[in-house]
Amino acid sequence: MFEFCADPSALPDWQWFVCYLTSGTHLAFYRSFVVVVLLLLVVAPVALGMGLLGAMALRSHFAPVTLLGRGYVNLVRGVPDIVFFLFVPIALGQGIEWVLHQINCPDWDQPIRQGNDFIVCREAKMPPVGASAWARDVYAFGMAVVAFALVFGAFAANTLFGAMQAVPRAQTETAEAYGMTRAQAFRRIVMPQMWVYALPGLSNIWQILIKATPLLFLLGIQDVVYWARELGGAKTSLYTYPHPDWRVWYFLVLLAFYLFLTWTSERGFGWLTIRLSRGQATAEGERQRRKGLA
Amino acid sequence: MRSCAESFTGYILRALGRDYGERLLPRGLDITLCDQLFLIASGLIWNIYFAGFAIVFGFFLATAVALARFSENPWLNRPAGAFIFFFRGSPLFIQFFFFYSAFVLLPRGGIDIPLGVVTLTVDTSPLTTAQVGGLLVLILNTTAYSAELFYGALRSIPRGDLEAADAYGMAGFTRFRRIIWPNMLRLAWPSYTNEAIFLTHSTTLVFLSAFPARQQSGEAFYYARYFVDQTFNPFFAYPLVAAYFILLTLAIIGLFGLANRRLNRHLPQEARPRLRFRPQYIR
Repeated sequence: MFEFCADPSALPDWQWFVCYLTSGTHLAFYRSFVVVVLLLLVVAPVALGMGLLGAMALRSHFAPVTLLGRGYVNLVRGVPDIVFFLFVPIALGQGIEWVLHQINCPDWDQPIRQGNDFIVCREAKMPPVGASAWARDVYAFGMAVVAFALVFGAFAANTLFGAMQAVPRAQTETAEAYGMTRAQAFRRIVMPQMWVYALPGLSNIWQILIKATPLLFLLGIQDVVYWARELGGAKTSLYTYPHPDWRVWYFLVLLAFYLFLTWTSERGFGWLTIRLSRGQATAEGERQRRKGLA
Repeated sequence: MRSCAESFTGYILRALGRDYGERLLPRGLDITLCDQLFLIASGLIWNIYFAGFAIVFGFFLATAVALARFSENPWLNRPAGAFIFFFRGSPLFIQFFFFYSAFVLLPRGGIDIPLGVVTLTVDTSPLTTAQVGGLLVLILNTTAYSAELFYGALRSIPRGDLEAADAYGMAGFTRFRRIIWPNMLRLAWPSYTNEAIFLTHSTTLVFLSAFPARQQSGEAFYYARYFVDQTFNPFFAYPLVAAYFILLTLAIIGLFGLANRRLNRHLPQEARPRLRFRPQYIR
């Protein structure tokens, strides 16, 4: 990156470190932090959307939909943690290939599962044969997003359902007395008010989501854990930047990164609670009203 | 092909090491359903070992940390707060990596602790094994989570109970043992049950991170993952391990439910809090 980095073995300490920390692999390491944040930013709205759908399904008056919602929420919550993260991407991947296989190669006569192999025709491979490395990364990342969104959507559905129930019953009754339909009452009365009740639960789910992101490593994505292991391991003098085992320092950086993330989001949710309580019929809202803030 | 009985004798204790069954794990086309059933079941030995010891040690440490956190002395409550923040604010998965890479750096020959006349040499090499080092990380982690629960319970002990203790002239350790501690446990118990369940589920992370599985002896999920890698079929091993964990969870709920009954035996029937399973998994 810098011109004086041409021969690192002859550099004084500080320049050596400047060169070391700006080497190509380190830049990839820094980018992987962006991947973590990107995953959080993509998963959060998708999971919230799934949660909203799930909660509405749970509230529905149409029995099959209620049953579907309940099945989804309880299935995900009943199956232990990472089993789901590892199961969904591989099962979904095989499912997609199976469907493509049925569509593209109807005259294929051999079974798909032969012993321990899962064989589909060439046109059904996902990502397609000859896809760029970049496309493969995006596909793997997309699978991870689906797995995370499924799991956290179920958590969110449960929280949002509770929050919808927590909106005082009298409010919806009043809306109905004004002649609003169920959908209108939901949109105009329940939706705007439920967030303050949902917030503690959502904040909890968000913290759990943050702490679940290192599991990306298990899905074979080159994330922060992957790079910390790669870069930290002892390097012999064959490498441009030989150093002893520094993994402990790299993982310390990761710990600091995650502590920073959880700490800032705690502060953020604290602020949001105060903001959303404005004008609400809760103790906090009442306190703000008395102080003349609202 | 092995018969089911052969799989049973070959693999039911295999998780303890290669001296306790077949030397090698089944591979490739040689894998039968019974192999998966029994080898994954044998992995549960380690899940129970990790969860059991972590809960027992963590329980007492967490009581101490919660008391320190609740104390008004800043020399006690600041470090306790920092400890809780550190372990609750970062992923357990990264904690495993961090501590493993720190334990590896400890000197091979052990650490000498001079004790006046004699010098005690502490052998640090067990710390790099999952059975000791991994357990230590789990203990610290569950201590932090449980301490936060206990701290919350300490803060909501009914004032009347404390006043009654004062009226009886109780103070110091007697007051703690008879009034504060039972009340704290009673209030924290439902959430503590959930903590025990999450901890049991997170024992699946031990061998997925840095700690090596020597002689391929790992816990249940390690074997499930092994089978999925070998057979490329996630539809048997993963649901199976999930089912085993549901059984384990039910056992924990049963055990902790008994303790809950005892903690609340002085209350009228309808006032007793019921245990509710509220999974939230990943830590």
